[in-house]
Amino acid sequence: MILGYAGKFLEIDLSDGTFKSVTFDDELLKDYIGGRALAAKILCDRLIGKWEKLDPLGPENILLFLPGPLTGFFPGGRVCVSGKSPQSNGVVGSTVGGEFGVELRCAGYDGVIVTGQAEKPVYVFIKDSDVEIRDAGDVWGKDCKETNTLLNKECRRLLRERYPRYGEWKEPAKVYIGPAGENKVRTAVVTAKWTHAAGYGGYGAVMGSKKLKAIAVKGTGPLPEVADLAKVKRMINAVNKNAYDNPLWRRWGTGGGGYYFAAETSSEPVRNWQEEWHDEKSYGVDQFESRVWVKQAWSDFGCPTNCLKIAFVKSGKFKGAITDNPDYELQAYLGPNLGLFTPEENVFMASLIDDLGLCGIQTGNVLGFAAELFQRGVLSKKDLDGIELRWGDAEAFASLAKKIAFREGIGDLLAEGTYRAALKIGKMKGKDVMQYAVQSKGIGIGAHGIRSGQDFSTEIGYACSVQCGDHTSMTDLPIDGHGSEVWEVFNDSAVVCNFNGFGLPKNFKFDFYNAVTGLNLTRENWAKRGGLKTLQIQRALLLLGGPDLKWNPKVHDDNPSRFYEPLPSGPYKGKAADRTSVRENVQKYYEQAGWDKNGVPEYETLKNLELENVDKALRKLRK
Amino acid sequence: MLQLRMHLSGIGARVGVNISFERGKTSRLNRGRLQDILSRLLVKANQLATKKGPIWIARDLSRCSGCRKCEIACSLHHENRIWPEASRVRVFMLVPGADFPHLCAQCDDYPCVEACPFKALSVSKKTSAVLVNDEKCTGCGKCIEACPGRIPHMHPANGKIVICDLCNGNPQCVKVCQEGEWNVLKTVTRREHPYKLYARKPEEQTRNLATKLYGEKAEEFM
Repeated sequence: MILGYAGKFLEIDLSDGTFKSVTFDDELLKDYIGGRALAAKILCDRLIGKWEKLDPLGPENILLFLPGPLTGFFPGGRVCVSGKSPQSNGVVGSTVGGEFGVELRCAGYDGVIVTGQAEKPVYVFIKDSDVEIRDAGDVWGKDCKETNTLLNKECRRLLRERYPRYGEWKEPAKVYIGPAGENKVRTAVVTAKWTHAAGYGGYGAVMGSKKLKAIAVKGTGPLPEVADLAKVKRMINAVNKNAYDNPLWRRWGTGGGGYYFAAETSSEPVRNWQEEWHDEKSYGVDQFESRVWVKQAWSDFGCPTNCLKIAFVKSGKFKGAITDNPDYELQAYLGPNLGLFTPEENVFMASLIDDLGLCGIQTGNVLGFAAELFQRGVLSKKDLDGIELRWGDAEAFASLAKKIAFREGIGDLLAEGTYRAALKIGKMKGKDVMQYAVQSKGIGIGAHGIRSGQDFSTEIGYACSVQCGDHTSMTDLPIDGHGSEVWEVFNDSAVVCNFNGFGLPKNFKFDFYNAVTGLNLTRENWAKRGGLKTLQIQRALLLLGGPDLKWNPKVHDDNPSRFYEPLPSGPYKGKAADRTSVRENVQKYYEQAGWDKNGVPEYETLKNLELENVDKALRKLRK
Repeated sequence: MLQLRMHLSGIGARVGVNISFERGKTSRLNRGRLQDILSRLLVKANQLATKKGPIWIARDLSRCSGCRKCEIACSLHHENRIWPEASRVRVFMLVPGADFPHLCAQCDDYPCVEACPFKALSVSKKTSAVLVNDEKCTGCGKCIEACPGRIPHMHPANGKIVICDLCNGNPQCVKVCQEGEWNVLKTVTRREHPYKLYARKPEEQTRNLATKLYGEKAEEFM
């Protein structure tokens, strides 16, 4: 067994209510580590034969909660959630912060694999090797904050009753869904700690389709044994030291972004990306800090950065709203993207989105899309069930968000996410509205535009990513270079927080991995083998698609058309992405990735990576 | 390089830290080795700097970020593993945001010591910490019931009670909390003070902190 692993995975079949331990070969784990890469491998091995016909919201989908060997050791605990995505029909490795992955490893598991579908709402309670599938009738329908409270109470009561001499029990770590997930909204998240979310991919809807409200876990063992504890301790200290040397990052987290990425880099969504610039001083980080942040440092397991801050509105119309920061993505998408420019409105929207279990990015994207259609007269007040969806009207956006979470009226259509909604509205109105859908292959673009060229986002980053619009998994040329997606695959597989890796030497995370596992993985090896294998699998499954949608690389390996419109305002006014250059670089990327001119992974590429089974499934796509 | 090695050995000898360089491959003074030596010297320096006599960990719980570095440091020190449930200090987060470390307050009257039917608990003269004698402890839980904050808990592997032992005067949880400038925990000289005020049950402490953060809204989460 490789060091740094607990040694087994928990597989739960919700259809018949059984569970068992499963293991994977060391050789497999050397290539696929954990988290995202292992998720891609498991899904590929088990489902590639029927992938095209498999409904992500049906009982056959497999839902995965996978930490990695670095989880708990590398400062800042995270866990990766995955499965077949109801957004892209591919595989997204969606990570969320918190103690869930750490508790799971302390309980003796390297991950949870969920198959089947329960008949009635359930939640899973794991206490070390004791696993129970429990009735969730009392928590089904509750919002995320209340769900957290009720589960804490019930699980702690059970622990107290079963272990009366233990003393006080800490709360178990939990992942759960809100009403949006229960109603299979494609922009629903898997929530942890009220405000943390695995958003990209839409796995809240997959949990909902399985009638799985939550997983709670209490592990009382130690984290697994490592190969070189002294070195691991030194490396943890080095991550800490590096973070402590960056005081503003620690103080503001990404909360400085709401102003910065608009005023300075001109890459923030403003009114559904009609602009990417604003200079609203009301939206400065100082405003958040002075008016709504009631706790300046909030962290997940072992984190030295504490990029999270607790925000709470104490007075006025939005009194009682609670969320974290919001972080930059939610500041942008539930702020300027909707024409909102004050911390209070932003915290109000983010708090509501948290409670409903919606993704702030994807839902902010679809709300902005709907508002632009209202602005242009495509959607009327009547179409929107009486809501006048004007920019800057937080309450109007809140009403629509609730309709989305409960799939009421127009909300049912928008609950399909921006791309699918655009197809349906296009049909309904006899008009192409895809030009207003700022997304890539079913996933709304992260809040980092490419037109100004000033942000970290790249011109083919969204077009060629196997996670599509996911700003945490962008890619660039060359495929083994600094900006390649293979490094994001490592972060999401090891599983580590990339924020705590900023500024560390480029081999650092690999050295850390080797100190934990006792193996000898190099950065170069990862780019040539493990990382690349995962990219090929994710690409293949993305192209195979699902029963409702398939992607045509010629059309869909592209930026949203809005990025080719010149920026209308700000210091980079007039700048836009260049179609010819994007086309050329997409082709170059295909070549470097070993894909044919249509973007399909080639036989030779797959054979060299021992992915013959993937090749077999792709044959029908090669003409 | 040779001079530096001799110099380091000399300092070590003066303060009682064994720093030896054997011939062969271990004599190389690389970065990792140097870091190791310096950190050992630092630990010793901290120990020497600690005022003689009993200490107390002063705490400002509302500053806690919930990073749990205290749990990591405590369990590494006592168990040589990262082991949150075996840590003598445990961070509770019954309400998100209202995270806080739950650790022994070293009450003036030590009700836990009084309550132990097996005389397994004693008070350290040096530090004022409550020490658990594992050979006598049966894990009966009487000390937990006697503690106003129900702070002691059972070691998940050996069934004995664990209580903060103040790391023999140099608490590791304080060290990491200070390094990151959260300053929730701080070592101070023990003086006359009703320390038992800090022995609060997790629910009570959570309600206090959640109310401070969220006002009347906190009741919704209790």
